[in-house]
Amino acid sequence: MTAASSTPPLPHPPNQALLEVRNIAKSFGAREVLKNISLEIASGEFLTLLGESGSGKTTLLRLIAGFAQPTSGEIWMSSSRFDTLPPYQRRVNTVFQHYALFPHLTVADNVAYGLRVTHAPASEIPTRVQAALQMVKMQEYSSVRPSRLSGGQQQRVALARALVNRPQLLLLDEPLSALDANLRKQMQGELKSLQRELGITFLFVTHDQEEAMALSDRIALLKDGHLEQVASPREIYSHPATSYTAQFIGQTNLLRADVNNGVAISGPLRWPTIAPDGPMLFSLRPESIQLASSSTSILNAVRFRARIHQQIFSGSVEQLEIDHSGQLLRVRIPARGPLTGEHEFAFNPADAILVRD
Amino acid sequence: MYSRLYKALISVPPLLWVGLFLLLPYALMFAHSFWLVRDGVIVHQWNFQNYAKLSQNPVYAEVLFRTARIAASVTVLSLLLGYPLAYYMSFHASLRKDLLYQLVIVPLWVSYLVRGYAWKTILGSDGVLNGFLQYLHITKEPVSFFLYSPFAVILTLTHIYTPFVFLPLYASLEHIPRNLIEASHDLGAGPRSTFFRVVVPLSIPGLLAGATFAFVLTLGDFLGPMLVGGPSSIMIANIVQSLFGTAYDWPLGAAIAVCILLLTIALLFLAEHLEKCWAFR
Repeated sequence: MTAASSTPPLPHPPNQALLEVRNIAKSFGAREVLKNISLEIASGEFLTLLGESGSGKTTLLRLIAGFAQPTSGEIWMSSSRFDTLPPYQRRVNTVFQHYALFPHLTVADNVAYGLRVTHAPASEIPTRVQAALQMVKMQEYSSVRPSRLSGGQQQRVALARALVNRPQLLLLDEPLSALDANLRKQMQGELKSLQRELGITFLFVTHDQEEAMALSDRIALLKDGHLEQVASPREIYSHPATSYTAQFIGQTNLLRADVNNGVAISGPLRWPTIAPDGPMLFSLRPESIQLASSSTSILNAVRFRARIHQQIFSGSVEQLEIDHSGQLLRVRIPARGPLTGEHEFAFNPADAILVRD
Repeated sequence: MYSRLYKALISVPPLLWVGLFLLLPYALMFAHSFWLVRDGVIVHQWNFQNYAKLSQNPVYAEVLFRTARIAASVTVLSLLLGYPLAYYMSFHASLRKDLLYQLVIVPLWVSYLVRGYAWKTILGSDGVLNGFLQYLHITKEPVSFFLYSPFAVILTLTHIYTPFVFLPLYASLEHIPRNLIEASHDLGAGPRSTFFRVVVPLSIPGLLAGATFAFVLTLGDFLGPMLVGGPSSIMIANIVQSLFGTAYDWPLGAAIAVCILLLTIALLFLAEHLEKCWAFR
């Protein structure tokens, strides 16, 4: 640990698993917080653990950091057992939700902490601290105590304090949740470019699906302690595996349908499908439904007439709720002025994605 | 919101209390220290005789130094006992916390005299400690220097004042955010390094408050030396007590009391200043 921390992270062939979570379960008393989680994180990847509060995402992060022990299962890093090590022997660093800066130390001493306790050569500490502070644009605050800094500034220092140790894996526990919306957007951009520049693997925890979509290479969606789906943002959005995923990531219309000989029937709607026969659940994104006049190009489009039930204008798009013989559907179309009465709508049957309940 | 009259009326009782029972006695004490006793009567004649006596007779300085030495010993010992206990309770006791807390607090409800006499019973020549040592054949005769010595005073006062040191220490340790400990581990610091680099610096306000309690309380203690002390461990408050009692020299006693009061105030200011330097939130 001592000498290793002063050298850059071990080079890894791209896309090789850096961290492997194998069948991890965690219970607090009778409460099962994590159930049989298996997950691989590739070197250099930005992976987001996404989930509602209580889904177990922070617990999984704490198991990887070493602040808690799994009830069963193993964690491996670079082909060596990891979960048996105490947190101070793990080459991961954490950016805490509430920053957790040492109040009795200056910004520079906070950043130098990891280098000092692991006995990095004294001669290189000031240079590395300054470089880390420069990276997060905080070098002029070196000698200030954390209590004098704003939330965003504290977050930058917390980031520098973690990155100065050149960890193989950086864990970020809802690092932006305490910041206001504008600062949050700005920090998201900075985080993403930092991650690209440094090539450090990021494991990011958030409950904000937009944030997850904007930052991640892959998203691992957690629900009630199990992994619902692990996929890239595009994949998870366009091919949600479950109804929960489809609803949590973006908006959707869930259509309960009976499939019979390649035709799905959901109330008054029917469309061709390759799904097997039986009762099935489909997800149809609001933007997949368009006004028929503007969707003449869709091949084999399913057309139907529906009444405008509600219209909400939100800048570039119109959010519609349409009534198709008692079936309410959400529709998102480019802004085009107020709509009333009945219109013909259309969707591509390939956009109706079969999901698990 | 409230009328002027109402505000004036509700502040009368506390002001009266402070005036009658605090400021007036202090003023009287201060005045007495500049008066003198002639033919067994206190004469209201302003002079500096008492303070001159204090500075000329080395006995007083000697007793004051002994008192400070005892107070320092009690402070150090009660910190040595109180810190590990407070640390253990705050960071490792988990479920036993409440029980342990009660065990620390309960002695505070027991009368000072009872605790003093308990030590008399333990340390005396046919006391518990001597009986035990003879039973083990470590000593043949009762050891007499346990009781009526500075050692006995320090032991008794340490026992009595350790809870006062423990409480502020425990409070300050409880206030350390636990994610700071995690952050320290996360950055590669082991338990020892974390203790000295994070826990100790952040508990310094509690440490100072506890040390101040122990030192100042011991400085003004007269029952401890009376019960278990003997002539070799007379403390400054015993002298004040005898001057106000049998010796009937209130002016000289008042002069010593003023000196102790000034010393105590100076110490409290120093402690407060240091605490401010170490308070980061």
